[in-house]
Amino acid sequence: MADLDDFRSDTRAWLEANCPAEMRQPIRSEADVCWGGRNWEFQSDAQREWLGAMAERGWTVPDWPKEYGGGGLTPEEARVLKQEITRIGARSPLTSFGISMLGPAMLQFGTEEQKKHYLPQIARGEIRWCQGYSEPGAGSDLAGLQTKAEDKGDHWLVNGQKVWTSYADKADWIFCLVRTSSDSKQGGISFLLFDMETPGVSTKPILLISGSSPFCETFFDDVKVPKDQIVGEVNKGWDVAKYLLGHEREMISGMGLGGGGSLGAATKPQDPLLRAAIAAFDVDALAFAAMSERFAAMWKAGEAHPASPSMMKYAGTELNKRRNELAMAAGGSDALEWDSERGGKVPRDWLRSKGNSIEGGTSEIQLGIVAKHILRLPGA
Amino acid sequence: MTLLTDDQKMLQETAASFLADEGAIAKQLRHWRAIGCSDGFGHDLWKQFAELGLTGISIPESHGGMGLGATEAALVLEEIGRNLTPSPFLVTAVVGARAIAGTAHADRWFPGILSGETVLALAVDEGPRHAPDRTALEARRQGNGFVLHGAKQFVVQGASADMIVTAARTAGSPGETEGITLFAVPKDAAGLDVDNVALVDSSKAARLRFDNVELDADAVIGEVDFGWTTLKAALDAGRAGTAAELVGVASGASAMTLDYLKQRKQFGKAIGEFQALQHRAAHLYSEVEIARAAAFKAAAVLDSGSEQAELYVSVAKAKAADAAGLAVREGVQMHGGIGMTDEHDIGLFMKREAVLGELFGDNFYHRERVARLSGY
Repeated sequence: MADLDDFRSDTRAWLEANCPAEMRQPIRSEADVCWGGRNWEFQSDAQREWLGAMAERGWTVPDWPKEYGGGGLTPEEARVLKQEITRIGARSPLTSFGISMLGPAMLQFGTEEQKKHYLPQIARGEIRWCQGYSEPGAGSDLAGLQTKAEDKGDHWLVNGQKVWTSYADKADWIFCLVRTSSDSKQGGISFLLFDMETPGVSTKPILLISGSSPFCETFFDDVKVPKDQIVGEVNKGWDVAKYLLGHEREMISGMGLGGGGSLGAATKPQDPLLRAAIAAFDVDALAFAAMSERFAAMWKAGEAHPASPSMMKYAGTELNKRRNELAMAAGGSDALEWDSERGGKVPRDWLRSKGNSIEGGTSEIQLGIVAKHILRLPGA
Repeated sequence: MTLLTDDQKMLQETAASFLADEGAIAKQLRHWRAIGCSDGFGHDLWKQFAELGLTGISIPESHGGMGLGATEAALVLEEIGRNLTPSPFLVTAVVGARAIAGTAHADRWFPGILSGETVLALAVDEGPRHAPDRTALEARRQGNGFVLHGAKQFVVQGASADMIVTAARTAGSPGETEGITLFAVPKDAAGLDVDNVALVDSSKAARLRFDNVELDADAVIGEVDFGWTTLKAALDAGRAGTAAELVGVASGASAMTLDYLKQRKQFGKAIGEFQALQHRAAHLYSEVEIARAAAFKAAAVLDSGSEQAELYVSVAKAKAADAAGLAVREGVQMHGGIGMTDEHDIGLFMKREAVLGELFGDNFYHRERVARLSGY
């Protein structure tokens, strides 16, 4: 414990010295989020310095091994670091699908060469990744995907189309599920990595009901991918895909935390029935926060059921949708203003939140997974 | 800590096997109900709790108890809830012991609790809804002592108790927390009328009438006019404990229902194959897991003495009641006709949930408390 206390005081002092004041301001909008990547334009010097300082220490990925660009921290140390970062209200230095999704899968399934090559770039925020999973004909039935990768001897030749590819138009590389065999549905899928600048790759943003375009259609037309850019074995990509989905669901479930504050304290509802609905929500939100803490501890200790991220994703996203519904109610007609000096954030967030229980597997898919793998109900 | 220590896991295993065996529904709840027991629980079982040291779970080691916290109590109560075991554990070992800890009354009552001979009760509610700050039962000074006059209700195991911790008003008016004093009222106090009422779940709670009950000054627990802090601490220990028991009730009902979904066949297949039921079962699972996390969080913040304890206790009590309510409603519905019969146990879970949901404040009471503690 004494070592941990030392770690805490050292960490506190280091953060005090290295986290710029500007990076301790709350995130106001998407524009404040640092995604990194080859073409990233830092919003400010402070954003650049903060990422640089944290990456230097391996603290963009505190619990990854040091040899792959991580901080090599124990779970206890990583928790202390998180607490100290929260204490000073510091922003995340880097938000990235490389960290939250590809990295964990690569640590589990990648070759030593792949880990040494890709992971440090992810940790430093040098490559921005996107996820090529869903297709027009493969949404909830993801394993029905048809994007084809043919073995051409010295390369894979990829043809097909993805959809709902988050930030494909801004990403440097893609991790992509492709069909390498039609003999088996799940057993014919492979997990490929390739550069989005490869000839034959094109993207087209999709305008959402929220007015933003975070997702794209992504097209592959005779895209040549080097043979060694496959993670895991040929036709065994579904294992990698599912493992990664667990991390994606865990990440999305964080939406249930809604920034941590009480909705009632933020909205001060006067109407007694609305206040009652918001109080009921706050109970559920605080209970979910306790669940999230417990889940994280159990997951790290290997005591959580492998399918439990599905439960977390379901509960967290349904909660976030409810938060946004109540925020709209509390806002009244103010919350309807789309284009005013008050900004229209509330209605945009509300509309965006509807996707939470669709992306990463719908709520219905998650409930099905819980029914089958945790409850072991027949025929599920 | 969010995960259990090895000692806590051992305690959990001990409690689980003891209660699944000795505390089982057929052996305890149905047995005492069938013979119309006036206590609603068995004293022999309470002695067995004592033999395992469990009656002294929260009594300090210096007094011969286990000196454990809310987390350990929660582990035992979850198993009690799962088996619907009637016992004085919650009100005597968790709430009552907490109320008199550190006072002269501890020396008087702890030995009997430790040996499993003594039962305590807590008299707070005066109306059908929990509102401890509205305490109105009058305690007026007379000579060196006090005279208590008024009424209490929903005093769990009040007719079985050797001593009833009673909240009374020595100053101020209902709604004010200052002016509330706690008294140790012996069961045979002159002028105390005890109406032993069977509740919907076959447990017993008393309605008490205090008709100018005279007590010596040494009957006061803690300080005159300043009993609120102790009362609130005892209530919060009880609320966290009730939350854990509700999680047990929810788990027990869910497990029974899940078994039924796998075994009952209609249209030529197990009804658990129908997606309409699968998704509801999965949603229920999610709610119960979250309630368990909330209950253990509340226990952990109580044990760490955090300022957030009150908030999380209310979150836990409200969430656990919500989840257990869902579990028993879905339980009865998914069992179909058999779930409506007295012969089947699932209905017993529904009845127990109704009582625990109300005890020490229902989910409306605790949502209100969460709102106020959150500043709105």
